Amino acid sequence: MSEELIFRFNVDGDDFTSAGQASVQVKKNLRQLGIDAETIRRVSVAMYEGEINMVIHAGGGVAEVRVTDEYIEIVLDDHGPGIKNIEEAMKAGFSTAPDTIRSLGFGAGMGLPNMKRYTDEMHITSTVGVGTKIVMRVNI
Amino acid sequence: MHVYEHSVLLDESKCTGCTTCLKHCPTEAIRIRDGHAVINPDRCIDCGECIRVCQNKAKKAVCGKLADINRFKYKIALPAPTLYGQFDNLDSVDYVLSGLLKLGFDDVYEVSKSAELVSAYTRMYLNTEGIVKPVISSACPVVLRLISLRFPSLSEHVIHMLPPMEIAARAAKERALRKNPELSPEDIGAFFISPCPAKASYVKNGFGSYNSAVDGVISISDIYFPLIGLMKKTDSPEVASESGRIGIGWARSGGEATAIFNDSYLAADGIDNIIHVLDQVENGNIPPLDFIELNACTGGCVGGVLTIQNPFIAKARLQTLRKYLPIAQNTVDSDVEYIPESYLFEDMPEYHPMSRLGKTIAESMRMMADIQRIKAELPGIDCGSCGAPNCRAFAEDIVNGNATENDCPIKAFRLNSRKEN
Repeated sequence: MSEELIFRFNVDGDDFTSAGQASVQVKKNLRQLGIDAETIRRVSVAMYEGEINMVIHAGGGVAEVRVTDEYIEIVLDDHGPGIKNIEEAMKAGFSTAPDTIRSLGFGAGMGLPNMKRYTDEMHITSTVGVGTKIVMRVNI
Repeated sequence: MHVYEHSVLLDESKCTGCTTCLKHCPTEAIRIRDGHAVINPDRCIDCGECIRVCQNKAKKAVCGKLADINRFKYKIALPAPTLYGQFDNLDSVDYVLSGLLKLGFDDVYEVSKSAELVSAYTRMYLNTEGIVKPVISSACPVVLRLISLRFPSLSEHVIHMLPPMEIAARAAKERALRKNPELSPEDIGAFFISPCPAKASYVKNGFGSYNSAVDGVISISDIYFPLIGLMKKTDSPEVASESGRIGIGWARSGGEATAIFNDSYLAADGIDNIIHVLDQVENGNIPPLDFIELNACTGGCVGGVLTIQNPFIAKARLQTLRKYLPIAQNTVDSDVEYIPESYLFEDMPEYHPMSRLGKTIAESMRMMADIQRIKAELPGIDCGSCGAPNCRAFAEDIVNGNATENDCPIKAFRLNSRKEN
């Protein structure tokens, strides 16, 4: 592995309407790098879901995308409430989103399962009361 | 290599080098160089935003002139339904069509007539098993070009149906040959009366391997004054309109989508909105939908830059015109099971990523690292004084060798004042 390229974004937790902006920017950047369309789509979907999660559950956080010649890694880091039971959270349909969020059409419990589905690797580390860190990789 | 021929051009003598178009171009295709705008043909999608915003009328659409029709022995006008919304107190489309004949055309074939058939076949297509949904409309040429340059992963969503303009051109020519057996196909010229420059590009360049059946494009704004003088109220117009509400409805955003007779649709208009919608579709972040209609111009085709009327006024006029019309005057027989070959195009154009930095991913990565480094040192006020639309684009231009850091006047100014202190 020679070099890596890092894109860093602050995901604003107060602004629900701007959620998803980082994934749009990442998509643009990856397109400029000449990454193939399917890989871009996978990264973009995973990143978008992660971004929305950070806004809904954690009051925002930091998203970092690293590009190497072998993979694209998305690191999502927040200081939210943490996930009590990761295994349960990974189940399709499981959600702790409040009704206000559900009424907006989010919170269907597909965020984490989709992130796993669209990436080649996904690791979650979370401590209740401290925060959550999710690392995802999509191989190029 | 095939060179794409555009329909949006610059009149250098009128361009003052202001930054208005620079800021409005949705694909960042414009730079200011040597005091005037320069359009990058690889990025331009012919949306016409720059024509719309230019205060100096320095951007123009390249369309055919009315005199061009004389190249042909038999001349057919293909009016877009948008044309009907341009006139005050018009109570019948027939007067517009008769006026076109008086202008020198031998026949008029309404594009809205073909639009009704395209709608009927689209409904049939949506009921086909195994198609990729949401189906994206193929009617707006700007959307097609945008998808092929920027959203290649959505290509499979695009319905491979030719736009009504093409269906109309073919049908009109067939009708001409039937009515006038002495004509040969080369004698017949079909001219689209267009609300937008993108249609002119479509006709010139074709689409993928498809070659347009239209022989020329004349803008609504060019034809408006000669036409209005020839439109007379009469009890016996020479031609009778053969369009219903559906066909004429295609002129505005939502017209095509509501004609699928199914609530599972989305209709978006305005270039920024459609880019946003395509981004969301790509992320899978939309409700399950059958059909997506996208129009680059605000309000739909009535918002085209080559029209005379404000899009909302034109829309209101069309509503009045449509009021007493039947739903449709053109239908497909109920025993037809397949969409005719002649309505379909084969392939999407090859994907030409418009923004790739280097030849290889490794080279692109090095270049992007340079862009990030340079951008971090720029003022970040996106003023456009350097000739690029924003600091990020400027950093890209530097890395691509199309600009130097000295082109940023703010940076130069700050350096100088630091020295003086």
